[in-house]
Amino acid sequence: MSNPNALLHRRDVVVELLRDRGELLVIAGLGAPNWDVSAAGDHCNNFPLWGAMGAASMMGLGLALAQPKRNVLVITGDGEMLMSLGALATIAVERPPNLTIAVLDNERFGETGMQKTHTANGVDLAGMALAAGIRTSRIVRTQEEVTAIRDLAHQSKGPAFALIKISPEALPFVMPPADGVILTTRFRQSVLGDEALYN
Amino acid sequence: MEGSGAKAENKVLAQPTWPDEAYRVLKEAGVKQVAMVPDAGHIRLIAAFEADPETRLVTLTTEEEGVAMLAGAWLGGQRGVLLLQSSGVGNCINMLSLPAICHMPLLLLVTMRGDWGEFNPWQIPMGQGTQAVLEAMGVIVTRADEPDSVAPAVRGAANLAFNTWRPAAVLIGQRVLGAKNFKELAGK
Repeated sequence: MSNPNALLHRRDVVVELLRDRGELLVIAGLGAPNWDVSAAGDHCNNFPLWGAMGAASMMGLGLALAQPKRNVLVITGDGEMLMSLGALATIAVERPPNLTIAVLDNERFGETGMQKTHTANGVDLAGMALAAGIRTSRIVRTQEEVTAIRDLAHQSKGPAFALIKISPEALPFVMPPADGVILTTRFRQSVLGDEALYN
Repeated sequence: MEGSGAKAENKVLAQPTWPDEAYRVLKEAGVKQVAMVPDAGHIRLIAAFEADPETRLVTLTTEEEGVAMLAGAWLGGQRGVLLLQSSGVGNCINMLSLPAICHMPLLLLVTMRGDWGEFNPWQIPMGQGTQAVLEAMGVIVTRADEPDSVAPAVRGAANLAFNTWRPAAVLIGQRVLGAKNFKELAGK
């Protein structure tokens, strides 16, 4: 019997978000979201960040604008999203239909000792995204709702924002390549073809 | 008196041709995404991109958003430029890790405050720190302190950025932009 009030497990959430991913392009925020995305399977269409906290959603915007026919999914954490709240406003103004932002919200800074983030004290990131002007903005608490976000990420009807409440569990790291040039080159080669190697 | 200072400054900003030349250079370099936090020194260049249907002009809430956005653009095969004031360079410091470690091109056009002729003391710390901060983070810096040197500097920096896949910045000095005189603006 599953408890309907139990928090979701982050790796189950990410596996579902990336199910039958097709042509989906993925940016993963630093820390646990990077390990979660990698645990679901390292992939040349992933760009997992190892640093540059606050970059994930704006990288998603630049990528979505450059590749308007591809869907872009940003998977990041609450701490990382809180560091770039202005990005929600910028993305709302630009309205990229092919961009979905999924925030895995454990209400903690997981990499640094599980200190509480502002979402543990009532700050509502989904409400902030909505107030910024991202009209599709949801709080997700069940695996069925995760499936709905997975489907939304393939529909190009965004921008969309999902705050996915997850358990504050510390899991083993599953690491993708750490070198930025490898990550950049394999992503560009996959998206742009071998041409990307020449310029 | 009160209006004459502002009028004189507008005249300085309206006259120079370097923004038009810089616009042509950036178009030739294949720039498709322009990210910016506005600065008075960039008025003409921003207006040129606003009128250009081939370019996406994105207003940011803070400059480091632009560093991340242009990294995403590069992953998707588009070139871009970030227009900012020198004070905004300070906001970018940690985000500059991204183009540095990934060998991504990043082109910054920085209009200076806190150097030649500055009137506002609060602009001095970041203005004087701008070049050092950029160089400390691995950005190749070129200064342009005469109007005629801006477009060649932009061309050189664009070539460096896009041909060697590295961050490069042009600092456009206040000798080019004309320094504000707040006492004149206040009618004193």
